[in-house]
Amino acid sequence: MKKLNLPKLLIFVIVFYAAIQILYSTEMMNGYILHIINQSLIYVILAVSLNLINGITGQFSLGHMGFAGVGAYVSGTISTLVFKINPSTPGGMGIFILAIVVGGLAAAFVGFLIGFPSLRLKGDYLAIVTLGFGEIIRTIFNNIDYVGGPRGLLGIPKFSNFTTITVAALITIVVIRNLVESSHGRAMLAIRENELAAELVGVNTTHYKVLAFVIGAFFAGIAGGLFAHLLQMAHPTQFGFIKSVEVLIMIYAGGVGSITGSTIAAFALTFLSEGLRIGIRAIADATGLPIGGEWRMVVYSLLLIFIMLFKTEGLMGTKEAKLIRLKEVE
Amino acid sequence: MGAIFNAQQIVNGLQVGSIYALIALGYTMVYGIVRLINFAHGDFFMLGAYAAYGVFFAFNALFVGKTGLMAFVVLIASMAAGGIIALLANQLAYKPLRYKPKLSSLITAIGVSMFLEYFLSALPAVGPSYRSFPDILPRVNINLGNAVISNYVIIDIVIAAVLMVGLTLLIKKTTLGKAMRAVSQDKDAARLMGIDIEKVIAFTFLIGGSFAGAAGLLAGMTYPRIVPYMGIQPGLKAFIAAVLGGIGNIPGAVLGAYIMGLAETFASAYNSLIGEGIAFAILIVVLLVRPHGLLGEKFADKI
Repeated sequence: MKKLNLPKLLIFVIVFYAAIQILYSTEMMNGYILHIINQSLIYVILAVSLNLINGITGQFSLGHMGFAGVGAYVSGTISTLVFKINPSTPGGMGIFILAIVVGGLAAAFVGFLIGFPSLRLKGDYLAIVTLGFGEIIRTIFNNIDYVGGPRGLLGIPKFSNFTTITVAALITIVVIRNLVESSHGRAMLAIRENELAAELVGVNTTHYKVLAFVIGAFFAGIAGGLFAHLLQMAHPTQFGFIKSVEVLIMIYAGGVGSITGSTIAAFALTFLSEGLRIGIRAIADATGLPIGGEWRMVVYSLLLIFIMLFKTEGLMGTKEAKLIRLKEVE
Repeated sequence: MGAIFNAQQIVNGLQVGSIYALIALGYTMVYGIVRLINFAHGDFFMLGAYAAYGVFFAFNALFVGKTGLMAFVVLIASMAAGGIIALLANQLAYKPLRYKPKLSSLITAIGVSMFLEYFLSALPAVGPSYRSFPDILPRVNINLGNAVISNYVIIDIVIAAVLMVGLTLLIKKTTLGKAMRAVSQDKDAARLMGIDIEKVIAFTFLIGGSFAGAAGLLAGMTYPRIVPYMGIQPGLKAFIAAVLGGIGNIPGAVLGAYIMGLAETFASAYNSLIGEGIAFAILIVVLLVRPHGLLGEKFADKI
């Protein structure tokens, strides 16, 4: 049986974690950069979980941020509106973790519902249905006054921090990586390569497609909950179509099917995005030209087109870094 | 119920349906020929509206007193803009991916769509905010007892009908139309018969884009404001209309668009939230119950 070399990965993550903490506490790195790292790690969860649906099972989903939205709103409602916790509440951390997990489960349930129509839909049709689903979720949040409607759910306590987010990202990578190399993962890969052939050799395609949606949605919901408790708000516009496309760009830039690729691309593109934001503002200030933040999305869209035209396999192809390669165990 | 199903709503529904039909035709033609959902199609609609806006303000002074001629020039401009950009998108972005996995073209189409929207909003001359669309023709309200119809409604329905009749003639009566039908049936066989497939595909994009551009002008005139993101919603709904009618099927797209326009108008009159969601409800029901659409042909998986 093949298994992930967990101790080695753990050592790497602990070194990474300690390095960031030391840099931050010695003030060599400011809170802004730490915030971007936190965001990158949440995007790692989103990209890796979308990769399970899109890259590994081959079910083209365009509504991933819809699942994240469910997680954000459900966990935010639990922590903010039901328990009214804040970081100084005794036992607050426990309720926070409970809220995040319930948010993930709620997203997984929605993923289960979305997985069903996907049984009869292929490729581009599924893309449209998931897109529509994302928009419906957004419209629903926009119209529920209890969670703030178009104002968004505000005043969510800031529980997400570097530690919680790192742990969540690590769990996501380990679970999905192990899943891919299990017999379940083989079945999912078979569906991606040729659904009809997979069915003919006895893979229960229905089961595995729904499973991919449920697990992918669960982690997206976790990511959404962490986002809400990091930014201290959940807003309908955070979970729209364009945001889903940003995650999609990450998996295609990193290489469809490669978890390493998704992870690297999530970091690279989150930093690129912030860099562009700062760069564009600097150019606008220096030249006095009316250059707006829209140019950031122009760069993003061109990036997507060029990846598809010239490097369809992305940065990593389907390869994985040594760190998360599997090795034979007795 | 009387408040929902009255003559006024039916006329409004037909007007919305006409605009959807013009967009849906492009979707369905492109899908019929290259099996690609052209996500950027809604943006050709938006470009048509902006081209009309630009041409109207640039040349309005030359056409004082000749509003009819001006309206015609604006229509041509909007069709040209939609058609030419669609053609360019095909040549630059879709053609190199023609024989790659289908999803590559779909993702590229999403990229093209985002590029067109954000590039226009990033351009200082256009900008991301709403602009009010000028009255190209004078607005007249006609009172028909229990319904008030603006002349714009009639213009929308008539222009859409004329263009659709023109398209039907093109497809049924000309050699090019015959080539288009051949390519949509079997690309390889069509190539063996000496049809230049790329030329036919390029032409399909040109026609589809120009129809979307014309729809953009009609929508701009009717709801007199435009914005770079205006194509997203009508684009999606027109796509759903095309699926409802049976994607790849031209009469189906028109039928689907009118059903969609009417359904949406009635639903919005009942409740605005249901109005927003009905399109997706229709899509999910169609895909579950009759995935090949009302008039589409059923295909089995080939082994």
